[in-house]
Parts: sequence; C-alpha cells; structure tokens
Amino acid sequence: MASQEILREEPSRGSFINDPRIRSLFFQTLVVILLFSSIWWIVHNVIENLQRLHIASGFGFLWSRAGFDISDTPIAYTSDSTYFRALVVGLLNTIIVAVAGIVLATVVGFTIGIGRLSQNWLIRKICTVYVEIFRNIPPLLVIFFWYSGVLAVLPPPRESIHLPFGSFLNQRGFYLPRTVWGDGSWLIGVAFLLAIAMAWFVAHRAHQRQRATGQQFPVFWTSVALIVGLPVLAFLLSGMPLTFDFPKQSTFNLTGGFWIKPEFLSLLLALSFYTAAFIAEIVRAGIRGVSRGQTEAAAALGLRSGPILRLVVIPQAMRIVIPPLTSQYLNLTKNSSLAIAIGYPDLTATAGTVLNQTGQAVEGVFIMMIAYLVLSLVTSFVMNIVNARMALVER
Amino acid sequence: MQEHDTSWVRTEMALAQPAPATERGAYAWVRKNLIGSVGDTVLTLLGIAIVLWVVPQVINWAFINAVWTGPDRTVCTTASQGGIQPDGWTGACWAFVNAKFGQFMFGTYPVEERWRPILVAILFVVLLVPMLIPRVPRKGLNAILLFVALPIVAFFLLVGGVFGLPHVETPRWGGLLVTLSLSFVGIAVSLPMGIVLALGRRSKMPIVKWLCVVFIETVRGIPLITVLFFASVMLPLFLPEGVSFDKYLRALIGVSLFAAAYMAEVIRGGLQAIPKGQYEGADSLGLGYWQKMGLIVLPQALKLVIPGIVNTFIGMFKDTSLVLIISMFDLLGVVKQNFADANWATPQTAKSGLIFAAFVFWLFCFGMSRYSMYTERRLDTGYKR
Repeated sequence: MASQEILREEPSRGSFINDPRIRSLFFQTLVVILLFSSIWWIVHNVIENLQRLHIASGFGFLWSRAGFDISDTPIAYTSDSTYFRALVVGLLNTIIVAVAGIVLATVVGFTIGIGRLSQNWLIRKICTVYVEIFRNIPPLLVIFFWYSGVLAVLPPPRESIHLPFGSFLNQRGFYLPRTVWGDGSWLIGVAFLLAIAMAWFVAHRAHQRQRATGQQFPVFWTSVALIVGLPVLAFLLSGMPLTFDFPKQSTFNLTGGFWIKPEFLSLLLALSFYTAAFIAEIVRAGIRGVSRGQTEAAAALGLRSGPILRLVVIPQAMRIVIPPLTSQYLNLTKNSSLAIAIGYPDLTATAGTVLNQTGQAVEGVFIMMIAYLVLSLVTSFVMNIVNARMALVER
Repeated sequence: MQEHDTSWVRTEMALAQPAPATERGAYAWVRKNLIGSVGDTVLTLLGIAIVLWVVPQVINWAFINAVWTGPDRTVCTTASQGGIQPDGWTGACWAFVNAKFGQFMFGTYPVEERWRPILVAILFVVLLVPMLIPRVPRKGLNAILLFVALPIVAFFLLVGGVFGLPHVETPRWGGLLVTLSLSFVGIAVSLPMGIVLALGRRSKMPIVKWLCVVFIETVRGIPLITVLFFASVMLPLFLPEGVSFDKYLRALIGVSLFAAAYMAEVIRGGLQAIPKGQYEGADSLGLGYWQKMGLIVLPQALKLVIPGIVNTFIGMFKDTSLVLIISMFDLLGVVKQNFADANWATPQTAKSGLIFAAFVFWLFCFGMSRYSMYTERRLDTGYKR
C-alpha cells in the first residue's frame, strides 16, 4: 500500500521553467501585455494626432452631403446625396464588375483550360501561350493596356466603328442597342420562371423513374425545350412587346442605346482575361487529377464518351476544382479595387474620395476593410454551399 | 529410331519491324494531333486562322513597322498627325522606350549617381547566380551575404549620405529599381514572417493562435490597395507627433504584411502535410520546440510547398505595381507617368510603353516559375504522393 501512496504523489519534476503549461501561460501573458500596450499606445497616438489635426471622429459624417459626382450610378445619386449613399453606389459598382468578371472569367477560363487538354496540338499550344502570357503580367498593367493602349486610341465618336446589330465602338466606349420592353412583357418573365420550375420537376421525376425502373428520359433536351420554348411562346402570344432603342450618331456624340463606358469595359476585360489564365490552370489540374482508371472503368461499363465526361469525370474533377476556384473568385473581387487607377467609381475609389474630403482616414479604411471582408465571406459562403453539394458522399 | 527434336528455340532476338507507315513519320503525327476527326480538323483550321490573323499583325507592328530610334514624337506619328510616317501607319514606337529607358530603370535617380543602383544590381546578380545553381558550394555563406550583407550594403549605396556619397531621397527612386527593391525586401521579410505566423496559427497557445488567425484572415480578405491605403494614411496617425517615416518604407511595410499573410497560409499547408510521426519522433528524441521545428518539420514542410512559395513571390512581384495608387513610381508607374510627356504623345506611345513593361514583368515572373519547377523536380525525393 505504501508504494501506491508514493506513486500517487506528484512525480518529481525538473525546474518549473521547463513545465510546458507554465511556459505557455508565461508567453501568452507576455503577448497579451505587449498587444494591449501597443494598442493603447496606438490609440493614444491616434487620438492625439486627430486632436492636433482637428479631425472629427465617429461615423456622423456618413449623413452629411457628399458634394462630389460619380460617373456610374446604378442607383439614383447626385452630389447632394449623403456620403453613405456614395459608398453604397461604390459598393454596388464593385459588385457589378465582380459578378460580370466572374462570369466572363469562368467561361474563358474553362474554355482555355479544356483547350490545354485537347487532342489537338495547335489548340493546346495556343492555350498554353495564352496562359503563360497572362499569368505573368500584373493585372494593373493589363487594365492600362486596355484603357490607354486600346480603347483610348479608338476613333472619336464622329468616326465610330460600326459593329453588327447596330452597335458602335469609339473612344467614349461601347454602344449597344437597348431593349425596351413594352406592355405584357412580364408574361415572358413568368413563363421563364415557370419553365425552370417545370424543368426541375421533370428532372426530379425522371430521376425517380430511372431509379425505380431503369428507364431513361431525355431530361436535357426537354429542359432546353421548356426553358427556350415557353418564354418564346409567351413572347409571341403577348404580341411581341419588344423594341430596340438603337444608338444614333449625332454631330459630337452618340445618343440613346445602352452605353458601356471605357473604364468599365477595360476593367472587366482585364480582370476576366487575367483571372481566366489562373482558372484555366485550375481546370486543367482538376481534370488531370481524375485518374485514368475512372475513365477506363466507365468505358468498360459500356458508357460512351459523352456520359463518361458528364457522369464520371466532371463530378470528380469539380471536387478538385471548386476550392481553388473560390479563391480565384475572391481574388477577382479584390482585384476589382484596381478600378481606382482608371477612375471607375468602385468601393475603393469612392471610399478614397470620401476619405480625402473628410480626412477621416480611420473610419474610411475601416469601412473599406469591413465591406471587402463581407464580400469575401459572402462569396466563400456561396462557394462552400456549391462545394458541399459536390463533395464526395462517403459511407 | 532417330529422335526428332521438333522444338526450336531462337538464339538471337528477332529484329524489330518498323511500325506501319501510317503510324510513323510526320504524316502520322499530323493525323494524330491535328486532323484526328472532323471536329479536330475544324479546330485545327480555326487555330490556323487565329494564328494567321494574330501573328503577322504582331510581327508587323512590333518589328517591321516599328520605329527604333528618334528624337521625339514626329518619328512615331503619321503625316496627318504631324509626323513623318505615311498615313495609315501603325507600328510600335520603341523610340519612346529607347529615349526613356534610363527613367524606366531608375526613375528620377540623379544621372551622375546611377552607377550606384547599377553596382547594387551587379552585386545582386553575382550573389544570386551561385545561389541558384545547386552545384556551387558554400550555400550558407552565400545566403548570409545575399540576405543580410547585400541589403545593408545596398541600403547605404542607394540612400547615400555616408562615405561621401550624396544623399538620394526615396521619392527620387523609381522604375525597375523600386519594383526590384520592394519585391526583394518584401520576399526577404515575408518568408520568415510567414513562417512565424504559420507556426503561430498551429500553436497550442490559444491567444497566440487566435491573434495569428485574425491577422491572416483579415489581411487575406481585403485587397492590397486597402492595405496600402492603411499603410500610407493610417500608419502616420499611429505614431507620436513628429515621428514620421518615409513613404517608400510605408509601402514596404504594407506589401510585406500582405505577402506574409499569404505566405503563412502556404506554409501552413506544408506543416499540415507532415505526418504526425515526424513531430512525435522529434519529441521522443527530446528536442525542444524550436529544434523540432527548425531541424525536423520545417525543412520537410518548406520543401513540399516550394511551388506555393514561389507563386506567392510571383504574386508579390506583380503586386508591387500597385504602389502607383499611393503615388510611388515603380516600373509601371514611370511608364504611365511618361504617357503625359507632350514630346512623345502619339497613339502608339501607351501601347509600346505598356508592352515593354509587360515584357519586363513577364521575364521575371516566367523565370521564377520555371526555376521553381526545376527545383521541385530536383528536390523531389519520391515521398510525395
């Protein structure tokens, strides 16, 4: 019994200096002390500096008159609006260019990425050249290239370049015919939504039937027929309520139509062509990451090349592709802040103007950071949902 | 009865027959790679059309019609624009690049002092080349010279003010000098900082861990421009009155902090890939934390993530061009600044200058990525799955 008593006592230790728990406690206390003293020092300095420079603090400035104009305003805005509204306009512009850029970059990136795996030597080489050029050049340079190198040296409005479908291209931007929807056009939208719902329902039933009986149903073509057919039918039935407002050439400028400004155009093209090079590499790595055995096994089961791609290769490749694709989308959103270099009024540019006008740097930078963090979180959240749907369902 | 041995064994190998004529030579290659099927043929024709449309235009513009030397804008403008070229002419204006070459390299660094950055560049190359060639011995000494001695020497040479060298303020630095020095210091600072942050993020001490997580995730969630804004507008507010530091240094801090957060995530990936047995083995040998990390874990982890590290370097090298937003003039900034020069205002100026800058950036980034691929192959000890 006595020996057990001894065992239960504290084992002999070295010096308490070597106890990991005490060490960890010590270091963390040290870090906390350092952190708080530096925060205190910084806050102290900031308060002193702000008082010395007579800069107000707090977010009250958000509700005063902005007094500057913004060239692209998705919502109503004048220079009499508040700073807050100016920032919202900037945020909306960032979202517009980011979403458009993500769509375009995905399309171009997937095309180039699949092209790099093509059987065709020439296509493979062209895609490689594209990737190697765009991956190794700063995005800002690409933006300047489109803005000062290409769009700025286009002819003036009077000598606009005529493009098909009544659109024009000149140094002030790209003019497209604008669609004008007349009475009853809401029917088309309703038909479109109805078609999507029906297509979903058909796909669901077809899946159930295939599980139960093994019979297949041409889901894809039915869906296409529904989604294209129903809106077209509605369009014809409601008396074709669509007219176009074509841009017209006047003496000094073009009037009417839908005007895409060169700032937006060069930002969009540069961001999406730059990001597309990275997406292409991700797609290539994803498809190559699916082992050959999968393709061969699918062929051995008697699937043809179309279903092999659709049912076996792509679902597995998407699992590899989606996480890095998400970070490319985030990068594109963050790179849209380069808009400030060519004067497209995105969030950074408007917040920069607000910051310069009010002098409230702390609040300005804080708003910028929070806005981008929220945008990043939302993008990650959406992509995580997609990822969860694609992820391997393990037993 | 005589025994007949019907079995027969060939004593020498039969000569290999050549592959059928349709399976070898140029024709087979073309058939396999270019005209395998109808779709393939269409794609090939499309590809040929693209190449025939793009390549002659590029060659014409960049070489045949290009103007290589000249005193001012007249050589690069057509007659109707007030120049000497025939109307309808388009070609690269390399004369512009030629005339501004000194500025593109050094910014407004005084002309009579330009030997100093050139000397630094020579020292850099002399130290870097043996560092990159695996067979050259004395890597340790070389690394100390490159990452410790060179920055100190370069600092005194470039800034001056000692040993009778005239002082050159950083606002006069520009061009490739700023691009290279910012990215070199950024690389040298962000790698150790990234290692510390990655170790901190995997630390068992909750406070240290959360500090690192918050720092990394915040910096990764915001654009570099915001970080640069932060460095250029807010850092001065953080310091007591009278203390201020240079804009160049502020940009340097911003770029390094930004790259360090990305580097930390790359290195964390490597740390996670090291099997638990390695950590436990080091513990059972009685190694302390820093010995365990420095001798066992990090050498393996860093080797695994070389491609990621180099990609971060490349990203950072490209990102230095953003300092233009806080009105510093790196290579891209100087090129852009010179578009405003009335002496060289032609429709071709912007395109030529930007393509020159793109070529310089491309050379460095492409070189880095190729070298990383080479290192990856060389260090591959076969353990990677």
